[in-house]
Amino acid sequence: MMDQWVYATTGLHEKDFEAGQVLVETWEGKAEYAWDTGIAMGRFLEELRRGRLVGRRCNSCRRILFPPRMFCELCFRPTAEWVTLGQTGTVITYSLVHVRWDMVRLEQPQVPAVIAMDGAAQGMGILHLLGEVAPEKVKMGMRVQAVWKPAEDREGSITDIRYFKPIR
Amino acid sequence: MNRTVEIVGVGWSGFRSLTPDQSYKELVFEAALRAYADAGIDPRRDVQGFVTAAEDYHEGTSIYDEYTPDQLGAAQRPMHTIGGDGLHALAAAYMQIASGLMDVVVVEAHSKASNILSLPHIVAFAEDPTFERPLALHPVALAGLEMQGLISLGRITEEQCAAVVVKNKRNALRNPSAAHGTEVGPEEVLSSPPLASPLTSLMAAPHADGALVFVLADTERARTLKGEPVRVRGVGWATDTPALDSRDWTGARYARKAAQMAYRIAGVQTPGQEIDFAEVDDSFAHKELLHLEALGLVPSGRAGEWTLEGQTACSGSIPVNVSGGALGEGSLLDATGLSRALEVVLQLRGQAGPRQLPGVTTGLAFAWRGLPTAVGVAAVLSA
Amino acid sequence: MTMRRVAVVGAGMTKFVRRAQETGRELAWEATSKALESCEMGIDQIEAVVMGTGPDAFDGVHMKAEWLADGAGAWGKPYMRGYVGGGTGVFSVAQGWYHVASGLFDTCLVVCEEKMSPAQPHPQGAFLTIFDNFIERPLGPNLLWIFALEMNAYMQRYGLRKEDIAQVAVKNKRNAADHPASLLGDRDITLQDILDSEVMAWPVQRLDVSPVTDGAVAVVLAADNVARRVTPQPVWIEGVGWNLDSAYWTNRDLSYPTYVEEAARMAYRMAGITEPRQQIHIAEPYDPFDYKELHHLEGLMLFPKGKAAEATALGITQRNGDLPVCPSGGLLGVGNPIAAAGLMKVAELFWQLRGEAGARQVPGNPRRGVAQAWGDLMQVGTVVVMGK
Repeated sequence: MMDQWVYATTGLHEKDFEAGQVLVETWEGKAEYAWDTGIAMGRFLEELRRGRLVGRRCNSCRRILFPPRMFCELCFRPTAEWVTLGQTGTVITYSLVHVRWDMVRLEQPQVPAVIAMDGAAQGMGILHLLGEVAPEKVKMGMRVQAVWKPAEDREGSITDIRYFKPIR
Repeated sequence: MNRTVEIVGVGWSGFRSLTPDQSYKELVFEAALRAYADAGIDPRRDVQGFVTAAEDYHEGTSIYDEYTPDQLGAAQRPMHTIGGDGLHALAAAYMQIASGLMDVVVVEAHSKASNILSLPHIVAFAEDPTFERPLALHPVALAGLEMQGLISLGRITEEQCAAVVVKNKRNALRNPSAAHGTEVGPEEVLSSPPLASPLTSLMAAPHADGALVFVLADTERARTLKGEPVRVRGVGWATDTPALDSRDWTGARYARKAAQMAYRIAGVQTPGQEIDFAEVDDSFAHKELLHLEALGLVPSGRAGEWTLEGQTACSGSIPVNVSGGALGEGSLLDATGLSRALEVVLQLRGQAGPRQLPGVTTGLAFAWRGLPTAVGVAAVLSA
Repeated sequence: MTMRRVAVVGAGMTKFVRRAQETGRELAWEATSKALESCEMGIDQIEAVVMGTGPDAFDGVHMKAEWLADGAGAWGKPYMRGYVGGGTGVFSVAQGWYHVASGLFDTCLVVCEEKMSPAQPHPQGAFLTIFDNFIERPLGPNLLWIFALEMNAYMQRYGLRKEDIAQVAVKNKRNAADHPASLLGDRDITLQDILDSEVMAWPVQRLDVSPVTDGAVAVVLAADNVARRVTPQPVWIEGVGWNLDSAYWTNRDLSYPTYVEEAARMAYRMAGITEPRQQIHIAEPYDPFDYKELHHLEGLMLFPKGKAAEATALGITQRNGDLPVCPSGGLLGVGNPIAAAGLMKVAELFWQLRGEAGARQVPGNPRRGVAQAWGDLMQVGTVVVMGK
């Protein structure tokens, strides 16, 4: 039987560390980057600063791609032109998140969602957060619109949109 | 094994110190468009597999594999990432074709070294956390130690290393894709600021950004394609120990074993005679000398002399790094090995323009994975 | 052209634990030693080594496969690392397969190691940077988000309730009670336990998830003639397939893993499988979350879309059912050291098909199984079909 081919790993517990039984080294790496945004993301972020959302059209499959990119991944061709989208979209999935990445519980749940933007091809969603909505009221297919930071606070970042709120 | 493998398309973008106008995806897309045009293929229809070489910490992204397919035309296709050099990815593509599973496989690697703000810290992050990192040495110290070891054994001299730098940076002046071509004198190399003596700053290859895409196909399929095929006669790769205390400091065992495997598969028995020219890693000047001997291209202990005598110059008996090598083109991180292979392909096709070596039919490309590794990959290519 | 036949001839693993004292190298060494012992081979008979391991950020070592090389028996050998996120464990076997099938090597060792625990304050931190650097990371997403978004999309599309899904966690944790390497085996766990567990990111609850784990697994591959000399019962790799979907995950239909289907088609075509539900006797799909088992069973074309939960409720996927799924106990039961978890599934099929699975043995002399893993941004499917 395969039992004999299982090595008995030494599992450690919190108390082993607390009792000083385990020799531990710590190291903090320094990993810093400054990524060139290039054409597609450069323009996208610049337009965000102006309070606008833009996509790119592929003239072969005619899809308006969002987020924008300089190539259509299905046709493998350069995309042809910029297209300004609207500010509204549809929630195609969402979650109510009660924990941070390090498992610390949040006081108020965050509501990330994938939002398919109007004016882009079918299902062209982006990740963002929902706001001004009670968690229990969030629904699939909910219609939402972008809520922006004031112009002077925008930096050319996806967070220039504070969140998406339900269209009432 | 009955299948033979060709490189039927090459495309590249760069190499430049900075590429602020293009994101990494756009850089790769450009190289891919060129490679596919060269080969005469549509990646959405004609390619069965894609392989890329990349490291998370070079990109600043965990599981960087996620971001590889779209700009290559590989979305919803068999694609995978190798944590290795571009030549490892080439070897993987070779195996996928040789097995009969696939007929056409694309290989990609790129560098956006200019985007890594803390590169020396990243390199140090590859060191063993218990035995090496606590010494808090800049990893270039390892290159200095190796160079000093070779000097102490009388295998090389500093002047010979300087001659490598002079040669390669001069060669790069005739390479429009090279980022660091220049005329520089040996005294200037020797007196440039010391990094980890006896290693001086001009003896270390600076970095560059760029992307390379190769298209490989089995010989039968290659015949139906537009690109001029170059035969991959043999590939070999080997890993020495990561441990600094037990590795071979002055013999480049990783190079010797990688080459042995590649030569065996290629049927090369006397590399010194059968290899017409070579592109070998020169991330540090002394590495070119060390590698030439370990790869069996130059008799042991003679690489330095041969360099001073001009035997590895373009007009010499075995031209080495006609492209400029990493010293002249720039080190391209995980893509460096592919930039070595690129030159071999161009030379064998007669497409090297002002750098063209006359009448070459067999070349060797050799990659070293860089500090702090003892890992190498070799490829024997023939026209 | 006829491809070279390649078999798995030996397998070994370490017990999966929350936090191992052993270093990553030592874990790799222990799994490799057991695998070699199991088929009475020495490291000198291994001609190439493939390493599968997940984010370098876990161990805190850049180019970590190089660092692990000594533990993986790779000294002086041709050594290569494949890295497709969570899909790595099963993909590593496909990679080992192409090493041997290429004709370059007669034997290949495949090792998957994962030591997640060193990352502080929490290994989840290694996943913070899987998101797009330009337009997603500034939102502060964490790994749970994407699972929850996908799980919700899947549930909504097919009208599934938590109960329909949680039964998978019950099955697998109970199955794992019979696995000597398991961390989370629990013979007495109930559906109510899963449903009562803390909500982390609706609809994901604590017991829907497999936690951070350390462990390693290794298998030995050999070409036909060599395999038959090494063991009287080689288990053949009949099909390999893998598929990577677009990085633009928010543009994709999350309710169905198309890339798993594409990978399965590739593997089934190679294996000559035309009716997967009939021709496959055991399935080990990747189950880091309970809904994933269902999602993947449908992608593997073993059940119609939206119907895997129903099949589970009917008991079809129990060990003594018509199509046992995760008889090992899966990731939910044995544990989830990312890359090693996938290879654990391959090892399980190896043992099951040789009748060596002990208390987990699927009855009826199963002859063919499929292992599948998944990873990246809900993006890669990796499939291996094994048979005797």
